[in-house]
Amino acid sequence: MTTQAAIQTRELGRVYKLRGTKRKEDPKELVALQGVDLTVEAGEMFGLLGPNGAGKTTLIKILTTLLLPTKGSATVLGRDVVSDAQEIRRSIAMVSGGETSGYGLLTVEENLWMFARLYGLESKVAKQRIGELMDVVGIADRKNSKISDLSTGLRQKMNFIRGFISDPDVVFLDEPTLGLDVSAARQVRAFVKDWMAKHPDRTLLLTTHYMAEADELCDRLAIIDKGKLLALDTPEGLKHRLQQDAIYKLRVAPLGHRPANGDGLIESVPGVRQVTVNEVEGASELTLILAGDDALGGVLGHLQGRGSGLLSLEKREPTLEDVFIDLVGRGLDVDTSHGDNGNGNK
Amino acid sequence: MSSVAKKAAPMTVAQRLLDTPLARRSDGLRSFAVAAWLGWQIESNWADPFLFAVYSIARPIASALILVVMYSVITNGAFQEPIFPYIYLGNALYILVGSIIVGVSWAIIDDREHYRVAKHLYTAPINGYSYLFGRGLARLIIGAISVIITIVFGVIAFKLPITFASVDWGLLAISTALGIASLAGLGILVGAWTMTMARHFWSVGEAVSAGMYLFSGAIFPLDVLPAWLRWIGFLFPATYWLELSRRALLGPAAAGFETFSALSNGALLAILAAFTVVLLTGSWFFYRWALSNAKDKGLLDMESAY
Ligand SMILES: Nc1ncnc2c1ncn2[C@@H]1O[C@H](COP(=O)(O)OP(=O)(O)OP(=O)(O)O)[C@@H](O)[C@H]1O
Ligand SMILES: [Mg+2]
Repeated sequence: MTTQAAIQTRELGRVYKLRGTKRKEDPKELVALQGVDLTVEAGEMFGLLGPNGAGKTTLIKILTTLLLPTKGSATVLGRDVVSDAQEIRRSIAMVSGGETSGYGLLTVEENLWMFARLYGLESKVAKQRIGELMDVVGIADRKNSKISDLSTGLRQKMNFIRGFISDPDVVFLDEPTLGLDVSAARQVRAFVKDWMAKHPDRTLLLTTHYMAEADELCDRLAIIDKGKLLALDTPEGLKHRLQQDAIYKLRVAPLGHRPANGDGLIESVPGVRQVTVNEVEGASELTLILAGDDALGGVLGHLQGRGSGLLSLEKREPTLEDVFIDLVGRGLDVDTSHGDNGNGNK
Repeated sequence: MSSVAKKAAPMTVAQRLLDTPLARRSDGLRSFAVAAWLGWQIESNWADPFLFAVYSIARPIASALILVVMYSVITNGAFQEPIFPYIYLGNALYILVGSIIVGVSWAIIDDREHYRVAKHLYTAPINGYSYLFGRGLARLIIGAISVIITIVFGVIAFKLPITFASVDWGLLAISTALGIASLAGLGILVGAWTMTMARHFWSVGEAVSAGMYLFSGAIFPLDVLPAWLRWIGFLFPATYWLELSRRALLGPAAAGFETFSALSNGALLAILAAFTVVLLTGSWFFYRWALSNAKDKGLLDMESAY
C-alpha cells in the first residue's frame, strides 16, 4: 500500500441541470455539491452525515464514477475519477441501502456469481467467498431461491454482500442499513466493523442518517449540508466542540402553534443557540443548546409566559445529534413543520 | 429441454471461458461471456418449455402463414412465381434483424429500468460495449432457430425451391456473419442513444426494426417504392444481407429481381462489409460518447419509474 490518500477531492462541485421546468422563473439548475475538499486516508472508516438532499449520494456517485463532477477534481486511490474511471472500478464497490435490485429470475447465488465474474474472480475463489458472505448475513439457506421470491430485506442483504465479493480496496456504503430491521442493521454494522478489522488497509466511506451508527462505526465524520462540508473531525472531536455549551432536554405541556410575532419564539431568548421540538403524546419535548447554563432561566421564563408548564428537565452530555443540529440548524428526525424549530439565532 | 440442462450447459461454457487467464485479464471478453450467460438465463427463462416453443416456433410460423394467406389472396394462389419464395424468405430472415437490434439495445433499458442494476454494472470493471454484444447473443440464437424452423416449414409446406445441394453455403455464411455484425453495430447505436435519454420504457430497437421492415426489401422488391424512399432501404445493412442470403438460398431466381440485379454477389458483399466496418467503428465511438454524456447528465443509473 502506498501512502497516498484513498479518497481526495479538490474544490469538488456538481450542478444538476433541471429538466422539465415549466415556468420561466423556475430554477434551471441545482447546486448539489460545492467546493468540497475532502481527504480520506487508507484504512479509515469515514462517515458522511447530512440531511436529505445534502449531496451525500451525489458525492458517492462521483467517487464511484457514475457521475461526472461539474467543478473541481476527485481521486480514488490516486486515480482521477474522470480520466481513469475503469482502473478505479477494479478496486471499488458500492452498496446503497434500501436497494432491492438484481436479476429476479436468477438465484441469490447466481446473482452474486455473476458479479464476481464481472470482476474477474476465479471460479473457486468466487464460490467460496459467496458462501462465506452468505453465511455471515444469514442468507445461506436461501442461496437457491430466485431473488424475485425474496423479501425486500433479504434482497438488501444480498446486495450488501455483493459489495464485498470483489474484495474491494475502497467500499462506498450509501445508507447501508436503510430499511433493515434492528437486528439485521446490527448484523450489518458488526460485519462492517469486523471486515475493517480484518482488512486494516481498506477504506470505507459511509453515509447514514443514524447518528448512533456514525458514532459507532466511523473514525472520522464530515457533516454536509446543501452541498457544503460544514465540519470534519472525529466523533469525539465534534462533540468536544459543544463542551462549552449546555445541553438540556425539557418536557413541557404542549406548546401549540407558532406565536404570531417572531419574538415569541424560544430562539429569541438570549443565549439560546439551537432548539428542536418533538411533539410526543401530551407534551412537547425540547432539546436546547444553550451558550451556557445561565440561559436556562430565560427559557423557563419564556415558557411560563407562553403558559406551558415544565414537566421534566434533564441536562446531558453532547451527542453527535446535538453537533449536527448546532451546525445544520435542524435535526435529522424532527418535525420541521413546527414553529419553534431550527434556524435559531447563533 | 430440461431446466437443469438449460441452466447447467451455458453456465459450464461460460465458466470454462471465464476461468481462462485471458478472460480474467480482458474486460471485453469477460463482459461478453458473463453477459451472454445472463442473456441466455433471461431469454430462456420460460418456466414452461411449452411457452418457449410457442414463442420461438409457433409465433414465427404463424406470422409466415399470415403472409402466405395474404399473398395467396392477392395473387390468386400463384405459388409458382419466383416472387413467392423471395418474400417468404425475406420475411423469415427478417426475424433475425429484430432479434439482433432489439437484443443488443434493449439490455440498456432492461438493466437500468427493470432490474435496476445499472449502478452495479457501471461501477464494475466491465467493457460495456462487449457486454451489450453478449446480452444480444441469446436472442440471436433463439432468432436463428426461429428463422431455420420457418424456412424448413416453408420448404415442406410450400415447396420452396431450396435443397441442401443447391444452397451456396459459403455465400450464406459470409453474408450472415457480416449481416449480424453490422446489425449488432446498429443495435449499439440505438442502445447508446437510449442511454442518453431519461424515461424510456419502450424499445427503440423494436421500433427501428419494425419500421425498417418495409424498406428492407423483405416482402417486396425495393423498386416498388418511389425512388426517394428506396434510399432508406439502401442505407440499411439488412437490405443487402437479405438480398445476399436469398441469392445464396435460391440462386439465380433471387438475383433476377430488378433492385440489385446490376450488382454481383461480390459487389453486394463489399457494400455490406463497408457497412459493417462503418457501423462497428461508428458504434464504438458513439457508445463511448453516450456513456460519458449519460455520466455527465446523471442518467447512467437513472431509474425512471417512481
Ligand atoms: N439526477 C438529478 N437531477 C437533478 N437533481 C438531482 C439529481 N440527483 C440529485 N439531485 C438533487 O441534488 C441534491 C443532492 O441530492 P443527493 O441525492 O446527493 O442527496 P443526499 O444527501 O444523498 O440525500 P438523501 O439523504 O435524501 O439520500 C438534492 O437536492 C437532489 O434533489
Ligand atoms: Mg442519498
